[in-house]
Amino acid sequence: MANIREMTCIICPRGCQLTVEYEGKNVLSVKGNACKRGNDYAVAECTCPTRTLTTTVMTESGEVVAVKSNKAIPKELLFDAMKQINALRVSDSVRQGDVVVANILDTGADIIVTSYIE
Amino acid sequence: MLKVSLVIVGGGPAGMSAAVAAYKAGVKDILILEREAHLGGILRQCIHNGFGLHKFGEELTGPEYAARYAEQVKELGIPYKVGTMVTKITPDKEITAINSTDGIMHIKADAIILAMGCRERPKGALNIAGSRPSGIYTAGTAQKYVNIKGYMPGKEVVILGSGDIGLIMARRMTLEGAKVKAVCELMPYSGGLARNIEQCLNDFGIPLLLSHTVVQIHGKDRVTGVTIAKVDEQRRPIKETEQYIACDTLLLSCGLLPENELTKGAGIDIDRITGGAVTDQNRQTSVPGVFACGNVLHVHDLVDYVSDEAEIAGCAAADYIAGIESERVDISVRPVNGVRYTVPQRITSAQDTVVYFRVSDVFRDKKIVVRCAENVISSKKKIKLAPGEMETVKLDAKVLAGIGTGEISIGLED
Amino acid sequence: MFDVCIIGAGVVGAMCARALSAYKLNICVVERANDVCTGASRANSAIVHAGFDAKPGTLKARFNVAGSKMMEQVCRELGVKYVRNGSLVLGYGDEDKATLEELYERGVKNGVEGLAVLDREGVLALEPNVTEEVTCALWAPTGAIVSPFGLCDAGLGNAMDNGAQFIRNFEVERIESADGVYTLYAGDQKVEARFVVNAAGLYSDKIAAMVGDESFDVHPRRGEYMVLDKAYTPSLTSYTLFSTPTPKGKGILVTATTGGNVMLGPTAVDMTDKEDLDTTAEGTASIREQSARYIKGIPFGGVITSFTGLRAVGSTGDFIIHASAPGFITFGGIESPGLTSAPALGEYCVELLGNEGLVLEKKENWNPIRKPSGWYRKLDDDQKNEVIAKEPAYGNMVCRCEEVTEGEIVYAIRTNPGARDVDGVKRRTRSGMGRCQGGFCSSIVVEILSRELGIPYEQVTKSGGGSIINYGRTKGGKDNA
Repeated sequence: MANIREMTCIICPRGCQLTVEYEGKNVLSVKGNACKRGNDYAVAECTCPTRTLTTTVMTESGEVVAVKSNKAIPKELLFDAMKQINALRVSDSVRQGDVVVANILDTGADIIVTSYIE
Repeated sequence: MLKVSLVIVGGGPAGMSAAVAAYKAGVKDILILEREAHLGGILRQCIHNGFGLHKFGEELTGPEYAARYAEQVKELGIPYKVGTMVTKITPDKEITAINSTDGIMHIKADAIILAMGCRERPKGALNIAGSRPSGIYTAGTAQKYVNIKGYMPGKEVVILGSGDIGLIMARRMTLEGAKVKAVCELMPYSGGLARNIEQCLNDFGIPLLLSHTVVQIHGKDRVTGVTIAKVDEQRRPIKETEQYIACDTLLLSCGLLPENELTKGAGIDIDRITGGAVTDQNRQTSVPGVFACGNVLHVHDLVDYVSDEAEIAGCAAADYIAGIESERVDISVRPVNGVRYTVPQRITSAQDTVVYFRVSDVFRDKKIVVRCAENVISSKKKIKLAPGEMETVKLDAKVLAGIGTGEISIGLED
Repeated sequence: MFDVCIIGAGVVGAMCARALSAYKLNICVVERANDVCTGASRANSAIVHAGFDAKPGTLKARFNVAGSKMMEQVCRELGVKYVRNGSLVLGYGDEDKATLEELYERGVKNGVEGLAVLDREGVLALEPNVTEEVTCALWAPTGAIVSPFGLCDAGLGNAMDNGAQFIRNFEVERIESADGVYTLYAGDQKVEARFVVNAAGLYSDKIAAMVGDESFDVHPRRGEYMVLDKAYTPSLTSYTLFSTPTPKGKGILVTATTGGNVMLGPTAVDMTDKEDLDTTAEGTASIREQSARYIKGIPFGGVITSFTGLRAVGSTGDFIIHASAPGFITFGGIESPGLTSAPALGEYCVELLGNEGLVLEKKENWNPIRKPSGWYRKLDDDQKNEVIAKEPAYGNMVCRCEEVTEGEIVYAIRTNPGARDVDGVKRRTRSGMGRCQGGFCSSIVVEILSRELGIPYEQVTKSGGGSIINYGRTKGGKDNA
């Protein structure tokens, strides 16, 4: 039996209100999206929702620098990823774009530095 | 006294974008004055993503977005001083600034761009009853502790106000192990972006309590709890709905206020609604040669638009310094019918102009109508409008030239 | 072993310590909080009363007039902000006028100089902003405003510069007396002294009872205040405005403060809990309603903070000053005009201890002068630049709203008695007191305190005790590794 789910697209700040018709893990239709990415988001939300993780990591000297996953990871893995990142101590010489964890939790996403360190 | 063609007050996204634009438009003698120890402004602590889609076509975090501009400032060799606080600006464009290496400086500028940003509405202004323990922070202060200093300002959190920073901090503190128990919003709608409610609250099962407020703070040394209540249509708390929530932290995300003390000191006219300067389409204020852009002018929800606006101000400052004038018109822009304010508030030259505005309430299925006297200049349909989301209308150069002198209104109609 | 131990670092304790520090004595001040001036001295109207209010013949009248006359010089010596702004008691009709005439007579009897009863025109000539309803006023040109915190801080600081010791976080729980020595216990600490001064404010009754004096009680009376943004001050009023007292009470006041703000309050509600510093919605509403009768167009949207103080109300209606036991002097029930009276109470304390047998020998080298805590702010730009060249921290602006530099914050930490927490820095420097209320600067102040005091960042508190600001690192610590 087909179900209807309402959701807010989070891909961009526009925040389109989507109406998704789905059956199990099959998405039958997506309405309300202003672009194709909205469609992709709706499909992902109904099958395997993912999020970009942004957090910080501690350096050897005790400072924190900002990091992110360079692509979205499954939502259910966010806290596991946090645990791994929180246990890290990275070099004080890291710079923006440096990979601090490669392929975190086998998701294919790397954790990279986002802080701008002059 | 030091003499500089263009002084830019603030090295955040607005200041850096304005500097780069002015430089590219021919002004080489620029000085950016930034009070923090680094360029980047508030973006340095906004480590979440969602910046740059409009400007760079990709999703960046705050520090990454800031770096794009900081790199340009450095590559172009635009001079800047960090750790430098401007304490005074006079109407004849003399600036007093202080830092630890130069001491107190007096600088005479041909043109000034104000890009000081905004600050958060503090607790005192909210007049919440109860004690005065530690554990009450604005969301931005908490963000600085967590993201810049690496400290946890709280473990069990209630957030008052559903501004974007509050929503972002709800997720951030949850990820770092805190328990966010509720977000209370006085209004019947959220002040934040829909996507942030989705990905910062709904993702983590954090309740958003609309039409709710904090009526009392408890705790002697540190916060031990808050009493919240539902509010009626006049936003008065309803006694019978009071409930106690145990927590050690209250975060406030109750609005941003443009930081215009310097602007007022320079004798510049302020818009009562935006809290920023009254400007023309070039973002020139009532004092010729002084421009304003970014959150010091009006609070934006997207940094990309701050950059756009700063580029306008930067280019216009370059024209001003070069003595270039364009075809003059004199048109005032008036917000009517559900539109709270517009930026710019007046138009002085016939050029294609984007007017930014915010609405006063949540509206559905309305038309944004621009009128001059009774004539409709433009009309566009909108399914949903909300105070938290900035809107725009474009005005055509030819239409403006045709009006010449007069008033146009921007309002919502059925 | 101390010659004298003073309990309480409020304004009475501080003034007693300063007066005693002029003598060859070994003095200490014990304080239950983490700083000076955290009780009744902290949150009051900050008024130096002219002295027309107190009933002639009372201790209140005696020390009010004496203290009021001393205050200007004491403030000059200690570098404390004092402004003789003058006060007006506003009247609304004939009945009030009669009361004002009585107050005038009383003031003359108490020895207050320069009093005058003004008609409406006279009031308007001084303060054009008063409301239409005002018909007359009592003008007291000797009325003044002072910084209560400044007086406590500088008074105790000056005593310390002259050799006194200050012991924080010492809450007296028990006092033993044997062989002419009092032993004061607080947790696992103790202090011994031959003479004791009880200046414990709201708890002066409890302390007196520890040596068997149960002759009086002190109960708290709540007073709520609201403070307006500085931007509104010059246009609103520079005076202290009272309304004519009625049998129902004195009413609130609207006053300029030495910090440059306008303050409204206090309410007056009798309480039982001596720790309840809550502000209330009722209090706020009452202040709004009452103050609107004084001055036109009060911008309530410009309220930057509100707070509550507890007055220490004694059971006799007057100040309660006596020896609770041999060599043990108690100052109880020091409510308004306690702040005004404090310098005179300090002198009186010396006299009373002398009566109790304390040998008083003046120090030849006693220095009554303390460098004003705000010395840097008084410099011109060239002088500031000289300071910055030597100490670059004076060029690093930490608090943007009130323009407070790192140098001034470090000075506040290093100068007797010294700030030990964020509120302590705030009260000494105004850092965090402005319109953003510390949103920008508090994290930097925490960093400076951590560095200067040599304690971990997360151990820095807002106001001592359990008022911690951070719960430790987000990550990298043992819990996370």
